[in-house]
Amino acid sequence: MARIVAVTGNEAVAEALKQINPDVCAAYPITPQTDMMQRFAGFVSDGKVKTEIILVESEHSSMSACIGASAAGGRVITATSSQGLALMWEMLFIASGLRLPIIMPVVNRALSAPLNIHGDHSDAMGARDAGWIQLWSENTQEAYDNTIQAFRIGEHMDIRLPVIICLDGFIISHSIERIEYIEDSDVRNFVGDFKAVNPLLDIRHPVSYGPLILPDYYMEFMRAHAEPMAKVPKVVLDVAKDFEKISGRKYGLFEAYRLDDAEIGLVILNSAAGTSKDVIDEFRNKGIKAGLLKPRLYRPFPYAEVGEALKHLKAVCVLDRADAFGGSFGPVFIDIAASLYPYKERPFLINKIYGLGGRDYLPEHAALVLDELAEIVKTGKVKTFKEYIGVRE
Amino acid sequence: MKLKGWKEVEPGAVIKEPGSAMKFKTGSWRSLKPRWIPENCINCLLCWIYCPDMAVKVKDGKREDFDYDYCKGCGICALECPGKKGKKAIVMEEEAK
Amino acid sequence: MATPLSLKELSKKEILFTPGHRMCAGCGAPIIVKMVLLAADYPVIASNATGCLEVSTCISDYTAWKIPWIHSAFENAAATISGVETMYRSLKKQGKINDEIKFISFGGDGGTYDIGFQSLSGAMERGHDMLYICYDNGAYMNTGIQRSSATPFGADTTTCPAGDVIPGKMQQRKDLTKIMAAHNIPYAAQASPSHWGDLMKKVRKALEIKGPKFMNVIAPCNRGWRSKTDDAITLSRLAVETCCWPLYEIENGNTKITFKPREKKPLVDFLKPQGRFKHLFTPENEWLLKEAQEQVDKNWERLLAEEACFAPKETKEKASKEQ
Repeated sequence: MARIVAVTGNEAVAEALKQINPDVCAAYPITPQTDMMQRFAGFVSDGKVKTEIILVESEHSSMSACIGASAAGGRVITATSSQGLALMWEMLFIASGLRLPIIMPVVNRALSAPLNIHGDHSDAMGARDAGWIQLWSENTQEAYDNTIQAFRIGEHMDIRLPVIICLDGFIISHSIERIEYIEDSDVRNFVGDFKAVNPLLDIRHPVSYGPLILPDYYMEFMRAHAEPMAKVPKVVLDVAKDFEKISGRKYGLFEAYRLDDAEIGLVILNSAAGTSKDVIDEFRNKGIKAGLLKPRLYRPFPYAEVGEALKHLKAVCVLDRADAFGGSFGPVFIDIAASLYPYKERPFLINKIYGLGGRDYLPEHAALVLDELAEIVKTGKVKTFKEYIGVRE
Repeated sequence: MKLKGWKEVEPGAVIKEPGSAMKFKTGSWRSLKPRWIPENCINCLLCWIYCPDMAVKVKDGKREDFDYDYCKGCGICALECPGKKGKKAIVMEEEAK
Repeated sequence: MATPLSLKELSKKEILFTPGHRMCAGCGAPIIVKMVLLAADYPVIASNATGCLEVSTCISDYTAWKIPWIHSAFENAAATISGVETMYRSLKKQGKINDEIKFISFGGDGGTYDIGFQSLSGAMERGHDMLYICYDNGAYMNTGIQRSSATPFGADTTTCPAGDVIPGKMQQRKDLTKIMAAHNIPYAAQASPSHWGDLMKKVRKALEIKGPKFMNVIAPCNRGWRSKTDDAITLSRLAVETCCWPLYEIENGNTKITFKPREKKPLVDFLKPQGRFKHLFTPENEWLLKEAQEQVDKNWERLLAEEACFAPKETKEKASKEQ
C-alpha cells in the first residue's frame, strides 16, 4: 500500500534513504542539500536507521570516508551540492575507479563565482565524466523513485559503480509536492541485501586497494572501467521493470513526451521539463506537432536510443541549465548532437542556455523556443545556433 | 612475461594476493653486499629489527644468513652491529660480478 | 597474550609487510612500518596517504602488505580510514562481524602536516578508534625533496635551496605532535626507529586505548637528507640524543618524556652528517646554527616544564621520592 504524502524533494529523498537504511553515511552541510542530510541525521539520532553517520569536516573528507567505508564492505551514502561536489571532484574519480557503489543525491546548484545558492546544473555537469552513473529527476516523485532504483543499479554485480541522483535545488528540494511513498518492506525487498566485493574488513583475505599503475597497465584499467558503463542502460531498464511492479510507475532511459509524431521538440533535464510539457500541450492544442525528450540516465548517455528517438524530428532545441565556456555549446547539446550525428537525415539543432543560478524558466520561454523551431522548419534556416534566454541585454 | 589484456585485469585494480611484492626481487639493486660472520655474532638481532627490507633471516630466534634476494645493500645492519669484543659480525663488501 | 617486546620473541612473529617493496636502500619508513606491525597483536587494517611509502609498496600486481590496505589520495588517509572504521562499527553493531580489528593510517609529513592536516584534524576530533602514524622525513621526498612545514629550520631543499641570499628554510617546523595533543585526544606521542622498544611500546599502548591516537615518528631519508644509506638508525638516534626529536607521550593531557639522554648532545652532531645542512657550517651562517640550537633548547626546556606540570600522578610521586 502506497502512502500519499505532501513533502519536499529533500524530505522525500531522505525518506528513501531511511527506508533503504544504509550502513554508513558521511555528511557535510551545503545549501540546498543541507536539509536532506539533517533530516537523515535526525533518523540516526532517533534510532530509526541502523546507519553510522560520519559528520565530516569537508566534502573532500566526506567522499574519502565514503570510499573507505564502501571498500570496507557495506552500503554507503552521502549527498551534496555545488561547491561541495566541486571539492569532491578529485575523489569522484577514485570512487568510480575503485568500483565502489556509493550512492549520492546531488541537489543541483550553481557554481561560484559569483556565489549563488540557487538551482542550475553546472555542478553535476562538471562531474559528468567522472565515471559515475547519473540519474536525473524532474520532480520529487522521480527523485524519490530514482534514489531507490540507484542502489539496485550501482550495486548490480555487472556494474559496481557509484551513482549520482540529481534533483533541482530549491525548485524541487524545497518545494512541497504530493507524492507516493512505497511501503518500507517493499523498498527493503526491492533493494535487497548489500553484497560486498573484496571487502577490507575480511581480514582473512587481505586485499590492497589503490595501487600505483604504470603505463604498461593504466590503459587496460581504463578500458575495463568502460565495460560496466556500457552495461548500465540494460540494468537501468531491468531495474525499472522491477520497480514498476512495486510502484506502478514506469521509467526508461529517458522520457519521450508526445515525441512519436512530433516535428519540433525540446530536450531538457529535470524540473524545467514539467513547465515545458504544459507548453507543448498548448502547442498541440493549436495543432502544432511539438514533443519533448527528458534524459533520465544522463551518464552513461544512451546515444543510440536518444538518436533513434529524435532522428525523425525536423527541428530540436536543446536547453542547457549550465553553460560550457569557451565558445562551445552546452553539455546536453553536445551529447544530443553526438546522438544525431550518425543519421544522414537529421533535425536542425539549436541550443539555448537558460535558468542559470536559479533564474526562472517560464512557460513563455518554452513558447518562444517552440515558435522559433516552427520558424526554422518553415524557412529551413537557423538564425542563431546558441543563445541565452531570459537574460537582460 | 605476457602482459594481461583489459578483460583480465581485476576490477578496481584491487590486489587480492597479499604480499605479492615477494615476487619482486630487489637484490639486484645492491652495489655493496653485507657478509655475516657468525663467530662475531651475539645474536642480538638488531640487524633483524633495523633492516628496512626484511632481508635478515631468523629461525626460532636464531640469526641465519642474509636473504640476498631482497637485500639492497644499504649497510644499516653493518653500522648498527655491536659485534663481539670490538669485532663486527657484519661487514660490507664490494658486490662481485 | 601479547608477544613479549624482545627481539627474540618478536622474530618468531610473521611480519605482515614483505620485502620486494621498492623504497630506496636504507630508507627509514619501511623500518617504522615493520616495527608498527610487529608491535600490533591485533588484526590491523591500514590506510596510506599518497607518498613514498604508498607508491613503493603497492605497484601494479605487487603489494608488500599482508594486511588489508587502502590508498585513495594524498590528503585523506585519516578520512579514508575513518570511513573503514565506521563501517566496522556499523557492521559490528549489526552482528555481521565479530573480529577485534585495529585501524592505522600511515602518512608522510607532506600528507600529514600540510595537505592532509584538515582531514587528520577532523578524524581526530570525531573520535574514531584509530591510530595515525606520521613518518616524518622532513620534506616532500616522493616528488623530489621539496620543503614542507615539517622541514627543519635551516635545511636546504629543492624549493628552499640554500642560495646566495636565502640560506635554506627560514621557518621553524610546525609542532604537529603538540597540535594533535591539543585536540584532546587520549594519546599522542613521538618516537624514533632507533629506539625500537620505545616505539613499539607506544604503538602497543596506543592500540589498547579507545579513540583517536597520533604518533609522529622521525624517518630518515638518505636521499633528501643527503646522508649515507647506512645511517638511518644512527641519525634518528642522534635526533633523539640532541633533543631535537624528543621521545615523549601525552596521555590524557599528561606529558611524559620517555627517554632523557644522560648527556644532551649539541645539535651539530645531528646536523653535521647531513648534506642538507652543509651550508650552515660556514662562518657567515654561524648565526643560523646558533639560532637552531636555541630553538632546540627552548623546545626541550618547555617539554621538561610541561612534564613537570602535567606528569601523570605516579610519575610525580616517584619524582618527589627520588628527590
